Amino acid sequence: MPQVVFKVGDDISTDVIYPGRYMATVLPAETPQFAFADEPAFNGRLKAGQIPPGSVIVGGKNFGCGSSREQAVSCLKGHELAIVARDFARIFLQNGINLGLRMIVCPGVEAAVGDELEISERAVVNKTTSREFPVLPLPKSRQAIIDAGGLVAYTRQRLTQPQAAQGACA
Amino acid sequence: MTTIEKILARASGVASVKAGDVVEPKVDLAMSHENAALVINQFLEIYRGTTLEPRIWDPTRVAVIFDHRVPAESPKTASNQKKVRAFVAEQNVGKFHDIRGDVGGICHQILPENGYVRPGFVVVGTDSHTTSHGALGAFAFGIGATEMASVWALGSVLNVEVPPTIKVTVTGRFKEFVGPKDLILRLIGLITAQGANFKVLEFHGPAIERMSTSGRLVLCNMAVEAGATAGIVPADRETERYLREEAGVSDPIEFVGSDADAAYERSIDIDVTELGPQIACPHTVDNVKPIGEVAGVKVDQIVIGSCTNGRLDDLAVAARILKGGSVARNTRMLVFPASGKIYRQALARGYVGAFVKAGAVVMNPGCGPCLGIHEGALGDGETALSTTNRNFKGRMGNPKSEVYLCSPAVAAASALTGVITDPRKTN
Repeated sequence: MPQVVFKVGDDISTDVIYPGRYMATVLPAETPQFAFADEPAFNGRLKAGQIPPGSVIVGGKNFGCGSSREQAVSCLKGHELAIVARDFARIFLQNGINLGLRMIVCPGVEAAVGDELEISERAVVNKTTSREFPVLPLPKSRQAIIDAGGLVAYTRQRLTQPQAAQGACA
Repeated sequence: MTTIEKILARASGVASVKAGDVVEPKVDLAMSHENAALVINQFLEIYRGTTLEPRIWDPTRVAVIFDHRVPAESPKTASNQKKVRAFVAEQNVGKFHDIRGDVGGICHQILPENGYVRPGFVVVGTDSHTTSHGALGAFAFGIGATEMASVWALGSVLNVEVPPTIKVTVTGRFKEFVGPKDLILRLIGLITAQGANFKVLEFHGPAIERMSTSGRLVLCNMAVEAGATAGIVPADRETERYLREEAGVSDPIEFVGSDADAAYERSIDIDVTELGPQIACPHTVDNVKPIGEVAGVKVDQIVIGSCTNGRLDDLAVAARILKGGSVARNTRMLVFPASGKIYRQALARGYVGAFVKAGAVVMNPGCGPCLGIHEGALGDGETALSTTNRNFKGRMGNPKSEVYLCSPAVAAASALTGVITDPRKTN
């Protein structure tokens, strides 16, 4: 069962998730090394491969505010982390959906580092504290992109089968 | 309909839209900076495995402006810039601004000053401060690199949810040394960094009508710091004046404004008559205090510039305050104008001379110090006072430093004393 490996408060900016000084690095294959680079302990565990895929970062409100840098998503996606937050900033949420980052909007979530979470479409269940928190759906406007497996695949569909894709999202 | 509902309806080919509708607007202008390197990567990825040739849908509508790391600070950046340069040449991208002293500068200044943004446009940019261009009556918003790759391929933004609009009405007249930066900091402090998430801030009122486009750019630039999808000032006579006189636009300009019965999510009224200088304190932009509460805080580095406050009127007020004085000992002052054009105007008017004579370092136009990626880094435990737009932990390159945000007048007055200083008391 996935474990909470890191916890942050409200208004965590993309400068904290992916510091600006590493922005010259753009390729998704290269960005994961700089995830939370200014939090050396957590960054060290990520780089050492000590964080299993599927592990959870718990965030507060407005997770991912600030810069539109997509590295802030690709660096987390590269480690196959899931983000459970009270809510997300707009651009981060869209970038996350576009790249297929697992994001769960859970306005009441309460969990500490080390807690085990069971995550479904409906709720986050904190198995450690035996508490359940309802989950809100991602924006319905983006569902077609999620279903296609991300925006690159969705746009490719639109280019190659314009009729079918338009029918699907109408 | 609100202004943005009208813009989205027209761009999506439908008679009307309302908040919550999902539309697919055609894009009038698509802007990227150095992160075009990633956009190119994702753009080519879209075409992988298809028989189609990767071509930008309409290269005349694409702008690429080098501004984040100029001139390149590393071989990696230089190589990315080289890759982008080759791509824009191959694709015939129409609005490319390379690293140059004449036509170069920060993207959010280059777009307006060249008349690339018009009222009623849908503008997307791979930069969160793309909200700036709402100052010209456009619907302008930030997107990620993959979303831009999709725009390059299709010419539209997919599945956009029409945002609800908050109406902000501003009355009164600013006192001397108080202005648009203080107004927007006050508003962000009021509604918080999440207060307009997924929403639009639409600015109205006598104080907005009297405000120059330069000031309106400050408001819309920082709308994103309240989480807003966009900020917008519906086009008026000042917009037309700016486009004709300062941006050299000669073709027809269309005014798009909100209907009298437009549906707003909420209304906020602000009277600026009694407003004083505002300071955003570390480490969030909504941690805003009147200057009296933080006056006296020691400052190691003053920064004047950026897409927020690097325009001619910003440099003018700073030069006026600094003239004849000297930057305090143990305080550094950096000035970076928003574009080559502004740099030349500031030279001609003597502002650059006044800065250098006072001990400031005048840098080339660019974004670098604001986000800690190119020059102007802070030491451990140091404090900056800056006219830029963000003070997040680590924003200026060092998580062990602190950043306060302010207007150009406050920055200049504080440069003379080395501590946060109210410009109304020193002049």
